[in-house]
Amino acid sequence: MHEPHREHRLAADQPPASTLFEKIWRQHLIVPGDHSLLAIDRIFLHERTGSIALRGLRERGQPVRNRAQVFCTIDHIVDTRPGRGDDTPVPNGRDFIRQTRAAAHEAGIRLFDVTDPDQGIVHVISPELALALPGLTIVCPDSHTCTQGGIGALAWGIGSTEAEHALATGTLRLKKPQTLRVSFDGALSTAVGAKDLCLLLISRHGAAGGSGKVIEFAGSAVRALEIEARLTLCNMATEFSAVSGLIAPDDRTFEYLCERRFAPRGTLWDMALEQWRRLPSDADAVFDQEIRIDSGDLAPMITWGTSPQHAIRVTDRVPDAEHSGSSREAHARALAYMRVAPGEPMTSLRIDAAFIGSCTNGRIADLRSAARILDGRHVAPGVYALCVPGSSAVKRQAEAEGLDRVFKSAGFEWRDAGCSLCFYAGGEDLGLGKRVVSSTNRNFEGRQGPGTRTHIASPATVAASAVRGHIADARTLAP
Amino acid sequence: MTGRPFETLTALAAPLLRDNIDTDTIIPSREIKSVGKHGLAQGLFAGWRYQGAGREPDPQFILNQVPYAQAQILLAGRNFGCGSSREHAVWALCEYGIRAIVAQSFAPIFFENCVNNGLLAAALPAAALHALADAILAAPQLHPLTLDLQHSELRTPSTGAIPFAIDPDARERLLEGLDAIALTLKNIADIDDFHGRDRRLRPWVYLRQCP
Ligand code: SF4
Repeated sequence: MHEPHREHRLAADQPPASTLFEKIWRQHLIVPGDHSLLAIDRIFLHERTGSIALRGLRERGQPVRNRAQVFCTIDHIVDTRPGRGDDTPVPNGRDFIRQTRAAAHEAGIRLFDVTDPDQGIVHVISPELALALPGLTIVCPDSHTCTQGGIGALAWGIGSTEAEHALATGTLRLKKPQTLRVSFDGALSTAVGAKDLCLLLISRHGAAGGSGKVIEFAGSAVRALEIEARLTLCNMATEFSAVSGLIAPDDRTFEYLCERRFAPRGTLWDMALEQWRRLPSDADAVFDQEIRIDSGDLAPMITWGTSPQHAIRVTDRVPDAEHSGSSREAHARALAYMRVAPGEPMTSLRIDAAFIGSCTNGRIADLRSAARILDGRHVAPGVYALCVPGSSAVKRQAEAEGLDRVFKSAGFEWRDAGCSLCFYAGGEDLGLGKRVVSSTNRNFEGRQGPGTRTHIASPATVAASAVRGHIADARTLAP
Repeated sequence: MTGRPFETLTALAAPLLRDNIDTDTIIPSREIKSVGKHGLAQGLFAGWRYQGAGREPDPQFILNQVPYAQAQILLAGRNFGCGSSREHAVWALCEYGIRAIVAQSFAPIFFENCVNNGLLAAALPAAALHALADAILAAPQLHPLTLDLQHSELRTPSTGAIPFAIDPDARERLLEGLDAIALTLKNIADIDDFHGRDRRLRPWVYLRQCP
């Protein structure tokens, strides 16, 4: 039974038993060493950090080496209220947008500008446009670049100086990370999904649990996930302090990518497909570390505190210090900031706002799952709710399906694509002391505005909570 | 890269022994007011450093206290610099005058950003870190901290030498203040060779120039 497998490997001239990560690593190795020089296939930039890298490069008098492989979008501080232009509520936001535009034009790289039909959050548009492909190395000065691992690309966030390096040389120097396989086995029940899986993982193993590693997500529950859910799962690898997360590409991946704007076509597609099919980890490949999680009895998860590791079941109570998995001091700080008390049921917490969007959960599948709950219902009085599609294409698709009407008649604001209130940049905020349930990825102090208290959850949980006016279990609001 | 080698530093260290101090906390996004690497020191730890929304210093915060306002070294807990990849966190620390961080561990992107800006990020086990913080808090003037990168060790007049951990490659780059781009461009022939070969092996990777 193993024979064809082995022949395949020999034919590909590969050493035995490699992981998906090792195969991608080897393919991109230019100069091996303690810090190896790796080829970078795609570089993405956005207006918050990308323009600085482009400017740094210009100041050095260095051109961009492979211009056709570099892309830039306007997503972070662009206004998401309808009718937008370059003006944004973020102080000096317009400067960031205009300087990015000028720098992108000058450098000769492709820009998905404010009004471009393909504009959107960088990590949402790159798979959507098939700019991210299996087996590629992808970097962006943004920590959630790991999202692209969901289609089998090795993608990770870097700093601005590293981005300058990648732009100037088409390479990066990297110490080979260790590998960690996280297997989720067992069928997922309804109303739980990828967001709950990642929160469960981080709650069990801590926000530093994947430190410096490349994670391969595997197991029957992961193989059963649609591509968009896989992107959600990999998105939060950085919240686990991992370098990146990866999922082996399969027929679902290829089907998703086929015919998308920048996907290879014709014979190039056939050639790519042939290579992509060889990417998955060999059956006997060894990982530096293994984590197994039974996902069969997974419940919707939500954070109670200020670190993604502060996640519990939505039906649980706020833990005491002993059961919080954090130090006494960190636990006390988180309680004080969030204004919650040990023993308090999560579902008793009244909310002021609900946010659906971001690179974690701003895709069409996320909007559909929230809309299923909102259909025929209305948000509770006093709850400010908004939905911000992750890309302009997601927005168009949602409108074609009538989801915008569901959101609007439920009392949600319906926005243009961007990062919006996923993070506070000095513009719009949710208010001091306000409690928000959010489909985003970070519940840090002040992340969504000074003093704003963020509870992270899936889009279904956000929608259910908006309707109830307090944190709610989406399973009690079946469509 | 700064091109400025890291030499042995003796300075006061401010203990801020919290875990998971994220880059949003180090420099909140609202404090990034212009495209560039400067003008960030005022915003360092703004959420902790100031009371309310204004600029009134919060006396509870260690960098607002005598003598720690003079500190050039920070002591921190686990996973320092997690979260956003924004290099502004490192630029803000540097501009404020922090030249080294000693923590239990660092988030990977943040660590790389430190090395690229000549900021020393040294790792110390929890027990040693706590003992050091206690000694400093008890008598700061008696415990200036010396960070000797050449020997990968730190000293105070009373503790003697304690080894710290740092990636060997990062150590060398810090010691020599090497410019990473200039270094890599020495390999330009290898890079050209690679791309020549790779274009034949994986032609589907290479997109056409945008018009
Ligand atoms: S949506 Fe949020 S997490 Fe994602 S890239 Fe934008 S700001 Fe970052």
